[in-house]
Amino acid sequence: MTLTAIPTPSLSHRTSRWFSRNLIRIYAVIAFIYLFIPVAYTFAFSFNDAGKSNLIWQGFTLDNWKNPCGAPQVCTAVANSLKIGILSTIFATILGTMIAFAIGRHKFRGGKTTNLLIFLPMATPEVVLGASLLAMFLNLRINPGFWTIVIAHIMFCISFVVVTVKARIASLDPRLEQAAMDLYANERETFRFVTLPLVMPGIAGAALLAFSLSFDDFIITNFNSGIVTTFPKFVYISSARGIPPEANVIGSAMFFIALIIVVVGQIVSRQRKKS
Amino acid sequence: MAFLHAAGTASSGPKSGLRSKSWTPYLLLAPGLIWLITFFIFPIVSLASTSTMVRPEGAQIGTYVQELRFQNYIDAFTANQEQYIRSFVYAAIATILALAISYPLAYMIAFKSGKYRNILLVLVVAPFFTSFLLRTVAWTQILGDEGPIVSTLKLLPFIDDSMRLTSTPFAVISGLTYNFLPFMTLPLYASLERIDPRTLEAAGDLYANGLTTFRKVTVPLSMPGVVAGTLLTFIPAAGDYVNAAILGNPNTKMIGNVIESRFFAVVDYPTAAALSFTLMATILILVTLYIRRTGTDELV
Repeated sequence: MTLTAIPTPSLSHRTSRWFSRNLIRIYAVIAFIYLFIPVAYTFAFSFNDAGKSNLIWQGFTLDNWKNPCGAPQVCTAVANSLKIGILSTIFATILGTMIAFAIGRHKFRGGKTTNLLIFLPMATPEVVLGASLLAMFLNLRINPGFWTIVIAHIMFCISFVVVTVKARIASLDPRLEQAAMDLYANERETFRFVTLPLVMPGIAGAALLAFSLSFDDFIITNFNSGIVTTFPKFVYISSARGIPPEANVIGSAMFFIALIIVVVGQIVSRQRKKS
Repeated sequence: MAFLHAAGTASSGPKSGLRSKSWTPYLLLAPGLIWLITFFIFPIVSLASTSTMVRPEGAQIGTYVQELRFQNYIDAFTANQEQYIRSFVYAAIATILALAISYPLAYMIAFKSGKYRNILLVLVVAPFFTSFLLRTVAWTQILGDEGPIVSTLKLLPFIDDSMRLTSTPFAVISGLTYNFLPFMTLPLYASLERIDPRTLEAAGDLYANGLTTFRKVTVPLSMPGVVAGTLLTFIPAAGDYVNAAILGNPNTKMIGNVIESRFFAVVDYPTAAALSFTLMATILILVTLYIRRTGTDELV
């Protein structure tokens, strides 16, 4: 944005100065539009009176929202994804939090190896994680299905839980725990009434992250699912023919539910800080 | 969590006893690490073993025996060289584009957003609350032959009527760029946000203009974010096959697509395993070189 000399300076001068000063804000608006276009498309096509093809707009209807299970298999797939997501979140959060406490609060031998073991799954492409697990299950003559998906999801969620909870533990003021001990709380009480409540937001965040990673995972799931269908797998399989609008309804509903959870979480944590 | 408490009481150390030497940390580590060893390390070993197997003459499809045939790697690589190189080229272009798109955005959120900072951060992540696959499918509609972009471009006199955007390398790279964008934006934001504004003021006091301050102070200080962001984008992009499958054509296939079809369509496990192993090894070598080069060893 260069300022050029124009016969009537004041107004155009001011506009161009406004532009150069707000250039980065204008850019941010465009970037956010770019980020949200596919979401808007998904939402808009959830109202499509699709008939046989949901690829192009056919007309407005509310039917898809009234009956999101209308398309065959879509709700079975969502139910599977929810079950897998909840199970893997519970296990990955417990296992990951334990590791995070060991790393953040204790000294032990083999710290470097432990860190490497936690870092590696995050640095390995999903296709390799999926293919290697399937190779193992096949070598052991285990048929992939619901439980192999859960096993795989727990595996790749653990590292993310460790990283999230560890960051929260590292940010704690150690003086709070010392104060509790000075007030004659034993280790168990200190952990129960001081450390754990302070780390809880980190654990909650890690659980949300684990759930969303599990719910949205496709590549690892596809390798280890056998005939079981999850929601992302359902979308992938039906994408060739155009996905049914009911899938758009579920995708949009998920978007709004997650948004509400995050916004409520923000408000709660802000009020806590105030009080 | 009862286990945690039990472990906590068992070790009665001195007052600063939270760091006491005992078996507590090993008990805390054991279940999770055993899980990772059983379902990450052991499968990788299993994959390595599969990669040198051979199907015996006349045996059933899907039956393989170990013959330590390392030639599998050379065969797999020569047969799929094109897809292999393409994966890294596409991933590199997508990573550079994501960095170019994310840097100004992260900069704006870190320095210019004021009280809206948290809202904007939620907005960066929010698109990812809809399924990854649904968003990719939405791009096929946006870039499709009947979509808004192609129909607008076709109004221009110099654009051929047969122009397409879907089923092109452009579509695949756009999809990769879009899908991994928050993995770039969030680490960039985290490192920019940590910069003390006083260092920028100091640069100004020393007569650096805006551009020099940005080049000599802001960019070097944000390097950890750049490294973390590029890794978090490049690694999943290089191994991805969803974008190439949904947005591409047979000539835009990436190595992930080959591994998938070797496993499921062709039932050729040794080739799939050899390819996966080569992919993982290449990525680990690239990552190590990159981290050394950028001097951010402390990240790992």
